[in-house]
Amino acid sequence: MSRKRTPYSVFRVVALVVVVLALIGPLVWMVLASFKTTVDIYDAGKAIFFTPTLDHYAKVLKQANYVQYIVNSFWVAFASTVISSILGVPAAYSMSRFSMRRSSLVVLMARVIPGVSLLVPWFYVFSNLHLVGGYTVLILSHMFVALPLIVYIMMGFFDSLPLELEEAARVDGLTAIGAFRRITLPLSLPGIATGGILAFIFSWNNFMFALVLSGAQTKTLPVAIFNFVGYASIDWGGLMAAATVVTLPIIVIALFTQKYIVSGLTAGATKG
Amino acid sequence: MAVQTPAHHAAPARSAPTPGWARWANRHMKWLFAGPAMAFVAVLIIFPVGWTVYLSLTDAEGSVRADKSFIGLGNYLDVLTDTDRFWPAVGRTVAFTGVALLFEVVLGMAVALLLWKPFRGEKWVRAAILLPLVATPVAVGMMWRLILDPNIGFANQALGWFGIGPQPWLSGQKTALMTTAMIDVWQWTPMVVLILLAGLTSLPEEPHEAALVDGTTGWQRFRYVTLPMLMPTVIVAILLRGIDAIKTFDILYATKGKGGGSFHEVETLNVYAYGLSFDYNEYGIASAVLVIFFLIIVGSMWVLTARRKEDS
Repeated sequence: MSRKRTPYSVFRVVALVVVVLALIGPLVWMVLASFKTTVDIYDAGKAIFFTPTLDHYAKVLKQANYVQYIVNSFWVAFASTVISSILGVPAAYSMSRFSMRRSSLVVLMARVIPGVSLLVPWFYVFSNLHLVGGYTVLILSHMFVALPLIVYIMMGFFDSLPLELEEAARVDGLTAIGAFRRITLPLSLPGIATGGILAFIFSWNNFMFALVLSGAQTKTLPVAIFNFVGYASIDWGGLMAAATVVTLPIIVIALFTQKYIVSGLTAGATKG
Repeated sequence: MAVQTPAHHAAPARSAPTPGWARWANRHMKWLFAGPAMAFVAVLIIFPVGWTVYLSLTDAEGSVRADKSFIGLGNYLDVLTDTDRFWPAVGRTVAFTGVALLFEVVLGMAVALLLWKPFRGEKWVRAAILLPLVATPVAVGMMWRLILDPNIGFANQALGWFGIGPQPWLSGQKTALMTTAMIDVWQWTPMVVLILLAGLTSLPEEPHEAALVDGTTGWQRFRYVTLPMLMPTVIVAILLRGIDAIKTFDILYATKGKGGGSFHEVETLNVYAYGLSFDYNEYGIASAVLVIFFLIIVGSMWVLTARRKEDS
């Protein structure tokens, strides 16, 4: 790293500060507003300096049933991530090792198809099975987000894992499945973490499926915030507190697992 | 090679006789592993897609359980001659996706180049880049509603400092669509940055060094050395982002609500199809819109990937 102060290095520092402010600023603004009284939100002079209040959080968490929605969101994202991993990791392994490229296209289709076109048939079938409004249908629909992500990421991961160790284990007498379970699986824990974290985040953030398929008691957080917006006037403080409540857990997870998220989001991107 | 494997791992499998079911499982491992996931996706996709195509040929409306009769291509004819809602929605989808993609790729490239060479505080900048990406889109929509509010929003106050008059942003009939595209740019440019950065760091060094020795300017190196080598990654970024941008729903629905606002100002094909399905229960027509929408997505993907093959 050079310490020379060239015109470019000065420009770069300024540009990076602008980029960081543009990306973080709006989120900071949202969090600040969630601590302001309604009067202060309307007051331009109190943009940054104000007396913080926890009223909006108290209201959101106590009156608006948000604790239930937080639990719902966690449960749906967690269950869909775990089941998707159990289905997706072996599938990705098989697709990678036995070069089932055409079969893997089925999974890719899940990303290309507009979700709305799946919702009407799902709604029909699941309401006939009396599942709409329950957790099962939410977990299944969110698996639809989680599974393709996990398969996609894990396929790339298995592709890059050297075969030698597994072959050695086979020579030593392990069966194909035994070699997968004892050798490959432990080695692929970083990949599974990557896929799992991303699947959890995208499942947590999903809005459209839960909007149609959840019931009053099974609403997830994004749907709950959306319902916060009234027809007459918006309770901005409450809305920003609700928005902070849904975003904060995911931001904390993301900051602690940065390198996994980056490797997952860019998986396969450079192979062209 | 075998020395790397711990002996205790292999030992039990060798001594214990393999039961019949285990031998069967090992022989059919390929499908045993891939089958369940593929079956799950297939049941959740193939059936609905088939049903959507079927519904698009019927007069289904009102309730999903109601009697419906086969009416051939009537819905498609209705949709394709509908200059009131359908074609404007196509226009908005193209405009939203085009503008969002253009800004995301250009800005994404600029930021990726800024981050390319190591610098102090890199960790912080990378963390900042991750935040919009993982933030819940509905919350992001709500956040921008406050910031862009014509009366109390920060955006218009900030414009005031530069002597620029207040803008209607999301509330304007003409400005709403482009404002939502800008929200998409805020949230997803980081994705393009990460992809391009991964591409940049995997580029070979030699061509750059050679160009440097030849006394080229920074712009020349970017234009004639970096960009051509990075082109496949750029196409991947456009493809990945394009598939999602064309289907954008959360931000549009969170900021403007049902029907894309009172004047349908942000009603893209996805929002239109959602409204037809779940606000008006016009399942037949909605399905026809969805089939056409899907063909548009696949068509544009095909064009992009065909381009990619030519390049490489």
